Amino acid sequence: MIPDLGKYAIEVLTVYAVSIAMLVGVVAITLHRSRKVKARLAAVEAMQGGAK
Amino acid sequence: MSIWEYANPKKFITTTTPLVPWLLWGAIAVLGVGLTWGFFFTPDDARQGSTVKIFYLHVPSAMMAINVWAMMLMASVIWLVRRHHVSALAAKAAAPIGVVMTIMALFTGAIWGQPIWGTWWAWDPRLTSFLILFLFYLGYIALWAAIEDPDTAADLTSVLCIVGSVFAILSRYAVNFWNQGLHQPASLSLDKEENVADVFWYPALVCIAGFVLLFLALVLIRTATEIRLRRIRALEMRMRS
Repeated sequence: MIPDLGKYAIEVLTVYAVSIAMLVGVVAITLHRSRKVKARLAAVEAMQGGAK
Repeated sequence: MSIWEYANPKKFITTTTPLVPWLLWGAIAVLGVGLTWGFFFTPDDARQGSTVKIFYLHVPSAMMAINVWAMMLMASVIWLVRRHHVSALAAKAAAPIGVVMTIMALFTGAIWGQPIWGTWWAWDPRLTSFLILFLFYLGYIALWAAIEDPDTAADLTSVLCIVGSVFAILSRYAVNFWNQGLHQPASLSLDKEENVADVFWYPALVCIAGFVLLFLALVLIRTATEIRLRRIRALEMRMRS
């Protein structure tokens, strides 16, 4: 249940919604990029192994 | 055993990888508790009404915006003095997190400022130095992207980081230096008289801990990613030659 935020409800809710979205976004981008780079490194190492 | 052993990229990854899930889930839990406490279970301020709840996001993000730059400064100095690649990559990895924290601090400050000060923005010493710090973050990231040779990029960005530190310090102490502008002095203080009331202070402390844990988790993941990218680059160059 949302507390009574009075006349500043829009300001407070906007701050919480946007800030939490930013935090979730930075975590998601970081994890996605990490997985992508790990997979790329594995592929390059496999190619390197095959080229030997 | 020396701390410099962790400057070995392989050692850094094997040591930090098991820590990351603990830090990340710890950050989510602590932030969840702190924000829930602050949003649902703290009273309104007598003067500021419910906008005081913005405090739990504004203060930690502003603190982190400055402290991330301080961490980048330490890593940059280590790079310049000892030439450990992991430290340069850690500084590079931290910068985008610092940008997010700075945007969050500026955004939450603007939304908070409108009803309390009657304006979204003022060319106040603290706000202005914060905006310049944000521009330094962007310049730092752009400089890394613009220079192909990684060692040269690390050298130049380290120097930029040292120069930008002036604005990181100003962002923190501008109110005390100039004693003017709309922004009040630090809300949090070890001095009980100056510090905010305990009812706001405790949830804020939990939120700050959550932001610190989140930063640690993200910077470790991103540094490991930068190390892997460096390895990919080295392997691809070896395959081409």
